[in-house]
Amino acid sequence: MTANQLMIDVSGVEKAFTLHNQGGASFGVLDNASLQVQAGECVVLHGQSGAGKSTFLKALYANYSVDSGAIRLRDGEQMVDITSALPRRIIALRRQTLGYVSQFLRVIPRVSTLEVVMQPLLDLGVDAARCEAKAKDLLQRLNVPERLWSLAPGTFSGGEQQRVNIARGFIVDYPVLLLDEPTASLDATNRKVVVELIREAKARGAAIVGIFHDEDVREAVADRLVDIKAI
Amino acid sequence: MNNAVELLTSTSEWQDIAPLLSVRELNKFYAPGKGCGDINFDLYPGEVLGIVGESGSGKSTLLSCLSARLTPDSGQVLYNSEQFGEMDLYAGEESQRRVLMRSEWGIVHQHARDGLRMNVSAGANIGERLMAVGERHYGDIRAKAEEWLTAVEIDTGRIDDRPSQFSGGMQQRLQIARNLVTHPKLIFMDEPTGGLDVSVQAKLLDLLRNLVSRLGLSVIIVTHDLAVARLLAHRLIVMRRGAVVETGLTDQVLDDPQHPYTQLLVSSILQN
Repeated sequence: MTANQLMIDVSGVEKAFTLHNQGGASFGVLDNASLQVQAGECVVLHGQSGAGKSTFLKALYANYSVDSGAIRLRDGEQMVDITSALPRRIIALRRQTLGYVSQFLRVIPRVSTLEVVMQPLLDLGVDAARCEAKAKDLLQRLNVPERLWSLAPGTFSGGEQQRVNIARGFIVDYPVLLLDEPTASLDATNRKVVVELIREAKARGAAIVGIFHDEDVREAVADRLVDIKAI
Repeated sequence: MNNAVELLTSTSEWQDIAPLLSVRELNKFYAPGKGCGDINFDLYPGEVLGIVGESGSGKSTLLSCLSARLTPDSGQVLYNSEQFGEMDLYAGEESQRRVLMRSEWGIVHQHARDGLRMNVSAGANIGERLMAVGERHYGDIRAKAEEWLTAVEIDTGRIDDRPSQFSGGMQQRLQIARNLVTHPKLIFMDEPTGGLDVSVQAKLLDLLRNLVSRLGLSVIIVTHDLAVARLLAHRLIVMRRGAVVETGLTDQVLDDPQHPYTQLLVSSILQN
């Protein structure tokens, strides 16, 4: 990854939702959306609730499909258009290139916190001891008490689960990182930790697109603010 | 990590891999609207494909056709075999299909009693599959049986007990051990968690998830439980009245369903 390398290239994306079981109601959310993000850059989306920020971010992760347009993400030397890529191509991309952090942890029964956090790095074939060391470091930085690490996070408080999820999201050094309000309802101390993590990701050249409602976080990480209605 | 998984994640070589299983224009109908038709897809090494849909949508019929247990009316199932090379399942010899079923393939039935021999010991259930692929040494067979009982979290002290003395969840895990002992490449599963208590389901799902990723297995799993599909499958096929109505990445199909039927299916899940 070098500076000024194009990492995310979105052009002419349209997205409407049609609710077939509710009278076929249809509403457009993205209209000719385009955005370019370079390596080491953090773009923060803003706009009113319901304006389509989250939809846009989910489209960048291929979690939502789009009706037209192209979403090209850099994977090594290649730019991969995820609107037309095969599922297994997207899975490979998500494994090593494309990270997504939301405020919600998807809990898997019986799996310990440490394992939940380590898993994405283990899946890349990294040695278990290194994965564990990195997971512990992240959990420590995010102030998840050590006595919780061996427990499954199903019974944790909302805030604890959220911080476990952030640790999981940052364990792999993804070149492209999507952040969907990861700091929502975190206290100031932990918000600061997340800001540090984002800055470190930028410093190693990650291209980041995020949604943040806290102004302090936005100020601290954004290189550019982009209005979702204007892209 | 298994080779297949490595290949899948390697950026340069991923497009050169041949599918493990290819389905072309497959049709099997018992009566109009009963069965499955016009089925086309490829399954790649290391992929977990979920087939979802309501009862009677043709999921299990399709699974039977794919796993060489039900001859389709028309169409092809092509399989890339370690022993036989590229083969058209139903154009080939019945004996070859039988060899596949006990070596390169595993089939996990919804009802463990369909996949186990209930009147012989747990150890013999596992050993039988090993003997079918030529293993003869009693000590080795018993050691492997113990190893697999441990892997599926059954106390090795139960090795000489019959499956009829096991709980439903244990029977299901034994069935999985019996299938995996010969290191198959492709596993077919028909509602593997159906009929189990929720707590038992969670344990089985966690076990399956770990085994699948650790062994780099390719899996085709039929389920009507979308939570099971989300946890295990990379990719989904949604069926209704014998036809495929939607396919795609699991989370895309579940979070942004396009077809009216898929939308109905997804919106019918209770949120907690």
